[in-house]
Amino acid sequence: MSKQQQHWEKTRGLLFITLAIWFVFSIGIFFFGAEMESSSIRPFGYPLSYYMTCQGSLGIFVILIFWFAGRQEKIDEEFGFTEREDS
Amino acid sequence: MIKGKFIDNLPKVYGIYTGGFLVFIILMAIAEQAGMSAKLIGIFFVAFTVAIYAIIGYLSRTVQVDAYYVAGRQVPTVFNGMATAADWMSGASFVAMAGGIYFKGYGYMALLVGWTGGYVLVASLLAPYLRKFGCYTVPDFIGTRYGGNVARLSAVLVLTVASFTYVTAQINATGTIASVALDIPFGIAVYVGLASILLCSMLGGMRAVTWTQVAQYIVLIIAYLLPVFWISNKMGAGVFPHLMLADEVARIAELESQFGLGTVKNSAADLATVPKGLAGITKAHSEVNTTPWKFISLAVCMMAGTASLPHVMMRYFTTPSVKAARRSVGWSLFFIFLLYSSAPMLATLSKLSLMDPNLATGIIGKSIADVQALDWYQNWNQANLMFVSDFNGNGTLELNEFFMGGKAVVLATPEIAGLPYVISGLVAAGGMAAAMSTADGLVLAIANALSHDLYYKIIDPKAETAKRLIVARVLLVIIGFAGATIAALEIQGILGSVIWAFDFAMSGLFFPLVLGVWWKRANAQGAVAGMLLGLASGTAYLIWVRTGGAGFWGVTQLTFGIVGSLVSLVSMIVVSLMTKAPDAATQKMVDEVRVPSGKTVLGKQH
Repeated sequence: MSKQQQHWEKTRGLLFITLAIWFVFSIGIFFFGAEMESSSIRPFGYPLSYYMTCQGSLGIFVILIFWFAGRQEKIDEEFGFTEREDS
Repeated sequence: MIKGKFIDNLPKVYGIYTGGFLVFIILMAIAEQAGMSAKLIGIFFVAFTVAIYAIIGYLSRTVQVDAYYVAGRQVPTVFNGMATAADWMSGASFVAMAGGIYFKGYGYMALLVGWTGGYVLVASLLAPYLRKFGCYTVPDFIGTRYGGNVARLSAVLVLTVASFTYVTAQINATGTIASVALDIPFGIAVYVGLASILLCSMLGGMRAVTWTQVAQYIVLIIAYLLPVFWISNKMGAGVFPHLMLADEVARIAELESQFGLGTVKNSAADLATVPKGLAGITKAHSEVNTTPWKFISLAVCMMAGTASLPHVMMRYFTTPSVKAARRSVGWSLFFIFLLYSSAPMLATLSKLSLMDPNLATGIIGKSIADVQALDWYQNWNQANLMFVSDFNGNGTLELNEFFMGGKAVVLATPEIAGLPYVISGLVAAGGMAAAMSTADGLVLAIANALSHDLYYKIIDPKAETAKRLIVARVLLVIIGFAGATIAALEIQGILGSVIWAFDFAMSGLFFPLVLGVWWKRANAQGAVAGMLLGLASGTAYLIWVRTGGAGFWGVTQLTFGIVGSLVSLVSMIVVSLMTKAPDAATQKMVDEVRVPSGKTVLGKQH
């Protein structure tokens, strides 16, 4: 397998992990709105359903993108595909 | 000449700008104490900020193609994040979102999840790859990746339909705010708004829009956060509202049941007397009040729409590198998060200050005559954003007898909570900044697609730079006027048309863009089928449901993108597999897009 194919394989792997986490917090948990509302987990005292919709998922997305960017940079570096600074 | 230095000095330049704006707010506060009228303060706020944007627009004028289309590809990561956030957060986010949450609660907050979750798709599926491609516009990518003018034209068509639907809503919003703040009729205010939008973008294209959007972000975020923190502290609800309003949320639930929310209903005859566009609270504040599918389908449409809207995507063409484009998406979402996470807090504070009889500002349970005598009630009643009526004739105001317009939650809450008028002026300036920045990005996206993809790439490929840029500017003015003319007709509300724009974009562009990077086998025939059939089926479904059709799978007129994009995906795959695979050169191009290093696929000037 060529260097480029390996690079793409890893990139795709990272994509699937990222999208899986994204799916859980943007779609998955909202199948369980009622369960979240009656849950005893109450971040800062808010009902869990309310908290996830107005802060929780949103914050997780921000962190997820930065984490994704960092991982992708590592993959690019590993295969020597990082851009030159001046380009 | 200024350019190199300007980029290096960005933090300083915008630091001084922010400081200057804060000083301006303080000066206005002093002027208010000295007796300046509320009207005059409002005019000062809007006129001063718009003048600044126009100056920035003028200073960023350019005669270079890559500066005009992609700001010379040198916008630093964090600043591009701010510009994207302003580009993204429209009049709907600023003025209408807290209102929507106020009235509809949890079900409405699907929009919060959708309008942020979409950025994960942008970062992981598209932005870095399109940046590597080196295109000027989104149809530029489609046209080059798939090859052929038909694909390019189809992309221009989808882009124009989606962005134009969106831009009329934004010009409408600038008109609304300008008419309230400057006290002029809406029909004229729309054109005042348009003139300010064109001042920012005409001379400098993307470069001018970038630097005005950063300035607009700073104004709008101050204008949104300052009242939220102020009201929260004034009410004693918490120093840092985002983490401390749990008691208030619980208190609202308690008051809702005490005031008979959901059990005391208005009759149809009563409701007929309520002015159009105003609503009472009918949904619980924090309770889960919608089916999972309704919530999720709306969120899904907003997420896929986010990843297909060209005015957002083109912001990531302006970064210096692929790596910067990726990180810039993270910063964009961070800056958006600051406002979005505050909207539910504003809705909570607003609701509680109106409802709680223990607070001086509470009006539910007071006598109708007292409420009607309140200064702020009279102001906002006159502006047609507030209404009370004694339906049951008992002389006191019940929860179901108080009605408000969606915009009032953001625009009127500072006044209701007893903040000085200077804050209301600031909020008007913020709303203006939000609507203007989005309108700028959209008008530019449409005009650039028409001038670059239609005029230069298809009609006259030999056109010289000067001529190309003149055509681009003429188109900008035409699109702007067309948008303003339709906005002046006031066909639909702001929020409805914004949601439609997402559905249109998702129907026609989501899969052709994503598969262009992630599926080598996708070819021109497939992409054209995907774009045109997706757009056509989405539009047909919308018309069907609007004209009384029953719909299926619980897909409503707000989520018709689900139908459109599914048709798009299926037709794109089927047609691609039935026709010839893309040639070796195209396959190689896709390979190149997938690695960050090396030259862009399209040259620096093209």
